[in-house]
Order: sequence, then C-alpha cells, then structure tokens
Amino acid sequence: MALIEATGLTKQYNTNGVPVEALRNASLSIDAGEFIALMGPSGSGKSTLLSILGAMNPPTSGKLIVDTISVYDLTVEMRADFRHEYLGFVFQQLQLIPYLSAVENTMLPLAITRRSHKEQTDMAIWALERVGLADKAARLPDQLSGGEQGRVAIARAIVNEPPILLADEPTGSLDSRTGQEVMDLFKSLNEGGLTLIMVTHNPENAPFASRVVQIRDGCMIEGVGALR
Amino acid sequence: MRLSGISLNNLRRRKGKMVFLTLGLFIGVATVVTMFSITQAMKADTERKLDQYGANIVITPKSNDLALVYGDIAIPGVTYDVKELKQEDADAILTIKNKENIATVAPKLLGAADVEGKQVLLVGVNFPSEIRLKRWWDIQGREPEGPNDVLLGHLAAEKLRKSSGDSINIGETEYTVAGVLKEIGSQDDSLIYGDLRTVQRNLGKEGKLSLIEVSALCSTCPIEEIVSQITEKLPGAKVSALRQAVMAREQTIEQLGNFSLAVSVVVLLIGALIVLTTMMSSVNERTREIGIFRAIGFRKSHVMTIILFEALAVSSLGGLLGWIGGMLASSLIAPRLAQLTVGVQWDPLLGIAAIVLAIFVGMGSSVYPAVRASNLDPAEALRSI
Repeated sequence: MALIEATGLTKQYNTNGVPVEALRNASLSIDAGEFIALMGPSGSGKSTLLSILGAMNPPTSGKLIVDTISVYDLTVEMRADFRHEYLGFVFQQLQLIPYLSAVENTMLPLAITRRSHKEQTDMAIWALERVGLADKAARLPDQLSGGEQGRVAIARAIVNEPPILLADEPTGSLDSRTGQEVMDLFKSLNEGGLTLIMVTHNPENAPFASRVVQIRDGCMIEGVGALR
Repeated sequence: MRLSGISLNNLRRRKGKMVFLTLGLFIGVATVVTMFSITQAMKADTERKLDQYGANIVITPKSNDLALVYGDIAIPGVTYDVKELKQEDADAILTIKNKENIATVAPKLLGAADVEGKQVLLVGVNFPSEIRLKRWWDIQGREPEGPNDVLLGHLAAEKLRKSSGDSINIGETEYTVAGVLKEIGSQDDSLIYGDLRTVQRNLGKEGKLSLIEVSALCSTCPIEEIVSQITEKLPGAKVSALRQAVMAREQTIEQLGNFSLAVSVVVLLIGALIVLTTMMSSVNERTREIGIFRAIGFRKSHVMTIILFEALAVSSLGGLLGWIGGMLASSLIAPRLAQLTVGVQWDPLLGIAAIVLAIFVGMGSSVYPAVRASNLDPAEALRSI
C-alpha cells in the first residue's frame, strides 16, 4: 500500500467573493522512499498541493491518507501532532529562526518533546553531521552562507527522523552551486529511505527526482523523472 | 531546548522591545507602589495627627439623668450628684488589651462654683493630659504648674475681668490665673480649668470624676474594638466613640485611598495597553516564525506558552524593578513633597504583591496576542508553502 494516498483533492479560495480553484481533482499515490518533484509555473497550484500534503491546508474536497491516517479527519491539534511525527519541512527562503544558533534551530522540533537537553543536543548534532555542518553548530543563521543555512534547514527537517520530507523551492534562494549541494543532500537522504516531495520550478532539479508531477492551472499531469 | 528557551532567546534578540515592555510595566508598577506607599504613610500620618487632635472616646457615668451639657456630651451627676466615675476608672483604661493604642487619658470633674460672686462652671483637669489632648488651645500667659494655677476661658476671663497673673478666689481658696485661652468659639470659652485634685477637694469630691476623655490611636484597630474593651473594664460607665471625629478621619483616609486607587488604575491601564500593543506588534512581526512553529508540529498551546512565557519573564522583571523604583521614589522624594512625619516602610510583601500585579497585568494583556498567535493558520502564516 502507498505511504501517501491523495484522492480527488480540490482547493477553492474565495478572492473578493469570487471563487478561485487553486487545485482541481488532484489524485496522487506516493510510495515510501519515492522522491517526487512537483513542477509547474507560478500559480499552477503546486504549493497549494504541497500545503495540503503537509497537513496544513484542508482541501475543499478530497481525501488524504498517510500511513492509513485520514489526515483531514483529525482535529487541528491532532494534525499538529501528525506533522510533528510524520513530516519534515524545508521552507522556501529556508526560514531559520534568526535568534537561534544552528544547533538550536535544528533541535526546534524537539523542544516540544520530553527528551532531555542532552538527548536533544545529541540528536541535533547527529542531524548536523548528516548535512556536514556539525562544526558550525554554534553559529547564528546570519553567520552562515546560503548553502549552509539550507543545510541547517534540512537538518531541522530530519532531526526527529520523520518518514516524509516536504520541500518548497529549497534552492529558490540559493546560487546554482549551493543549490546543487542541497539537491545532492536530498538525493542522499532519499537513498537512505526518506520519502521526499519537493516543489520546484527549476528544471535542473527534476533529474534528482524519481518521479516528476507536472501541475498546470490546478490540474495534475503526472510524468516520470529521470534518475541521476 | 525548552519552549522557555525559545522565549528567552527571542527576548535577548529583541532587546529594544523587551526594554520597552519592561519600562511600561516598570512605570505602572512603580507608580502603584509609590502611590500605595505614600498613601499608607499618609494614612498612618493622618491617623496619628487626627488621633492627636482630640478625643475620640468619651466615658461618662451610666445614668439617664441629664443635668449638664459639656460640648455635645450630656454629663449626668453634676447637679444632682448622682454618681461619678473614680480615678481608678481612668487608671483602668490603661490596662485594656489595646493599651498601646491609648494616646491620652484626660479625666475631668465638672462642677458649678461661686467665683467672686458669680456662678461659673469649674473643670478639674490633669493639665499635661488636657494640653496634649487640646492642641488647639492657645494660652496667653503660661501653662499651669502648681496645684492652685488655673486657666480661664476667653469669655470667663472677660466676665470676671481677669488676665494672666491675677489672683482669683474660687469658693474660699485663692488661685492664680496662669493663662487665658484665646477665643475658641466653643464652651471652653466659658470655663475655668483647675488642677483636678484641687478641684476635687474644692468641690468635696475627692477621687471622683465626671467624665473621661480618651484619645485612641486607631491605625491598627477599629475604634469600636477599643470602646468594647473599655466597656468591659468599666461596666458602670457609658463609653461612646465620637462618631464625628471617627467619620472625619475615615473619610479623609478613604479619600486618600480612592485617589490613590484611581491614579493606580489609570497608570496600570496605560501599562496594560503598552504591553498589549507591544505584544500584538511582536506577534505580527513574528507571523512567519509562528507559522514555522505550527508547521513543524507545535500545538496552539505550545505557541501560547512561548508568548506567555515572554510576558511572564518581562512582567517579573518589570514588577521587581517597579517595586524597587517605587519604593525609592516614595522613600526619597515623596516624604519631602508630602511632608510626612511617618516614614515609608520597605515591605517585602509589597514587593511580592508588585511582582504578582505586574505578572497579572503583563500576562493578562498578553493573552489576546497569544491566542491570536496560536490561532494563526500555518499555511496562511507561511504563505510560501
């Protein structure tokens, strides 16, 4: 059975009283260990789909099942717990907390667990080691380069070992070389068994994915990406 | 890392906002502490002055016969020689449970006396107690010293054509007019005041009293309690609190309290408003950050905890500094402004109350911003995802 089963997802927004369909009847089945690239032009609905898959944006209609859990049948607070347990996020612009060091940013998802400070620190250092940044753990985000900030964002997303990682334009704010580094890291994490869903409009990122899903005008056009 | 760690880190980063919040609460709490301390000191000072100003308890013999009026108080037994209080009764007043609240006991014997062919009311008093009790007396001449010295009321002196230094015959005894009281506008103007023992002997009433006036300091107990204790000691006497004096004092203190409360409420409201607006702006600035918290699995309660812990930390600091500032202000500046003779007390309990008050105001004003922050839709907050 697929890890993620999205069926007939539709999202309609009201803009000044005018209904606008951002996503139309999207269905998607994702197996554990897949690396999905959601691609499409701006405003096509790919970010809307990602936020629905990220248990943050209830669809107007349709169903999302993750690991047998019907996500949008959960209460708001239970969905928060679900996100904590199942999902890691790498946001556009990376979104590190500026007043927390790299290690503190990394351990952010652990702050709401009962783990001891030492346990949290050990886990954060482990995650930073995985992204090759353990030596800069004490630095604040503004003391890191763009690529390093990207790696901290990835460390934060994987620190509590979620089965699924969602990334929204993770290379959008990076130069091509550091973007390449981040994509290599994603590939390596995916090879380690992590299911990855990434929104990107950069065609150079597509070859890293095991499958490319094209979205246009809220409609899904599924394709197959080449493995690199 | 704990949620409190996130709060403290945020406060460290946003030093300007933290200083502003702390300052808002500091000013509010310092004002309340200053007002409260000054009011307390003024209360104590006013009570002390009011208590010193005159008698607030009058003790008369228990009787229905009203033979004479002294001030507004009916005195039995003067004309009909019913029964008098005794000197021991005056001494017994100083043995009540709240004896430390008794400032002055002024026993008196009243009687009509023939003074050089004229009928005048003669009052035997203990001069030191009487002069302490009647601060408004302005004696022209000197204070009485010997047993045969008398003080004349303004009208009595006019009627008898006497002035200080003159001799005066009361009954068969010769007295010296030590001084004449300046016009008061009360019955005191018509009286002759003599030494209690001498008057007792002169009227043939050794050891007897017509009434006892008592000045009680009532800052630590209600006057009714002292009245009850004296009544218990003197079952044969009628003990009355002078409601007018008590009410005047209570009214003055109440007005002070109300003024202080009004100022405190206004300043605290301003403090609360500062906290509310600053926290709201902080929440607005941190929309994305809160979106991240919610996206990675923070519950609403976690977000609220972060915001409220910040408020708790800032409020505690503001409360502590406000207490210290308020006490310093009231200790150093206020006594000079208010010319208080009673000092401001550094009360640790007031410090705890100040911190609790600051926490109440700070956290109370942060509840709405915290709820708003916790209700942020993560998808909306992040928009980008």
